[in-house]
Amino acid sequence: MIWNKKIETLERTAMQELQLERLKSIVATAYENVPFYKQQFDKVGLKPKHIVSLKDIEKIPFTTKEDLRDNYPYDLFAVPMKKIVRIHASSGTTGKPIVVGYTRKDLDNWSESVARIVCASGANDEDIAQIVFGYGLFTGGFGLHYGLEKVGATVIPASSGNSERQIMLMEDFGATVIVGTPSYVLYLSEIAAEMGKSVSDFQLRIGLFGGEGHTPEMRREIEKRWGILVTENYGLSEIVGPGVSGECTVQNGMHINEDHYYPEIINSKTGETLEYGEKGEIIFTTLTKEGIPILRYRTKDITYLMEEKCECGRTTVRMKKVFGRTDDMLIIRGVNVFPSQIESVLVGMQHISPHYQIIVTKHNYMDAIEVQVELEDATLLESFSDLENLEHEIRHKLKTVLQIDAKVRLVEPKTIERSTGKAKRVIDLR
Amino acid sequence: MLINQISIFLGNTPGRLATVAEVLAENNVDIRALCIADTTDFGILRIIVDNTDLAFEKLKEKGFAVNITSVITVSMSDKPGSMANCLTVLKDAGVAIEYLYAFTGRKKERAFIVIKADNNEKAIESLKNRDISVIKSLEEI
Repeated sequence: MIWNKKIETLERTAMQELQLERLKSIVATAYENVPFYKQQFDKVGLKPKHIVSLKDIEKIPFTTKEDLRDNYPYDLFAVPMKKIVRIHASSGTTGKPIVVGYTRKDLDNWSESVARIVCASGANDEDIAQIVFGYGLFTGGFGLHYGLEKVGATVIPASSGNSERQIMLMEDFGATVIVGTPSYVLYLSEIAAEMGKSVSDFQLRIGLFGGEGHTPEMRREIEKRWGILVTENYGLSEIVGPGVSGECTVQNGMHINEDHYYPEIINSKTGETLEYGEKGEIIFTTLTKEGIPILRYRTKDITYLMEEKCECGRTTVRMKKVFGRTDDMLIIRGVNVFPSQIESVLVGMQHISPHYQIIVTKHNYMDAIEVQVELEDATLLESFSDLENLEHEIRHKLKTVLQIDAKVRLVEPKTIERSTGKAKRVIDLR
Repeated sequence: MLINQISIFLGNTPGRLATVAEVLAENNVDIRALCIADTTDFGILRIIVDNTDLAFEKLKEKGFAVNITSVITVSMSDKPGSMANCLTVLKDAGVAIEYLYAFTGRKKERAFIVIKADNNEKAIESLKNRDISVIKSLEEI
């Protein structure tokens, strides 16, 4: 079923007309209400009236994560706080998060966007959907929640963790759709097996996965283990959260809700715009966001766009899965982690050197992160509790900044490799 | 009344302990007593040697995290009950023990225990009051 047949099967030229009309409007709004955008435009001598075709979007300077950080928390908001009804946040590159605000209209558009990807995955108002994404500042839980409700599905807001209970709920409540990160859902299959359950104990038929990518092999494995059809969806909180794009049951690329989020692919080094089918960094412009309009946001995700009409009947542009990133961001259990965040915790701490290494592994299909730091102050050797306290303190500070648990391992001084060029901070063994 | 001990931090990688032993051997340092405490991630090697300063310097040069600390070494006759006798004294004095290890030295019929107490002065005083022998130098072991 197609949730919004009119928009999702709109003829290309009509879609482009709609996009242009909305682009002009959001550019004018951003220019008039957000000092940051006025400065950006003035710097290059651009005025909103210069945007007369979609191609003109290329004249607009990019917006980066650093811009969002520099305007923390509310300086990019285009409306008074009275109009903002929800705040979400995601990882910044250092201690402070990236903050986004939604008006009531934004929330409506967001749930509309998610409703479309929910229907594209094959789910409908008869489904019972268990959401195992975390609820909170992270957009995953709430984003899918309201979209599924809009479709009319029965939502089980289980949130993440407590795996044995998840299995119990899934079985007892007769969940037919599971929503979460692929690695967690794969892990849940292990737990179910340990509990002596088999596929026939459950009613599951669909998996809606996001927060992190997955390989075709992993998809087949999860589909086999749970007896479900898996679709992937994509989003980032800077743009809206989940719902930016999502796969249909054809499973060939994610349909972008391009009446709300306008995609471009650029060469990440030169900034030049690339053609359909060419791989590069995907950037988005929000076309309807009131709370925090974002123009040409550098996602740092590498993919390409597909323009051809899909077998499912939808005409919206699709993006292929994300192939990688242009920066060093890690995705750990669906949560974005930057080595620089870890560095901000470690540098300046007592008893350790400022050198560190991050080791990422997978245990039971779950990501695990270990941070190795060099012990510098040997006086701590006289007491195990001092050493344990040091480890505990580092772990606690990391958790505060990263929102996830990291294992801390003390290593000998000068054993972490010093490099003359760019330090190799991360060893990803996944 | 206190003896110097060297503590060395050992990362949990094969060969680290051998490296320490090699450094000591190259510098002709004699190990008189040792103990290792370990966790899953790292170990702490504690040694009493005949040339503490030299050992400290050479290990530090090799990049090890090393520390020198003062410990109490109690000399006792090597027979059942000696250690209990010593520890009861410390218990009665309200002294807590951070760690402890034992060794036999070159003296016949004698055993030694190395004690790191939360309050070394108090520990020594209580031991002396009960005529328990605390050694003053390595010559005595």
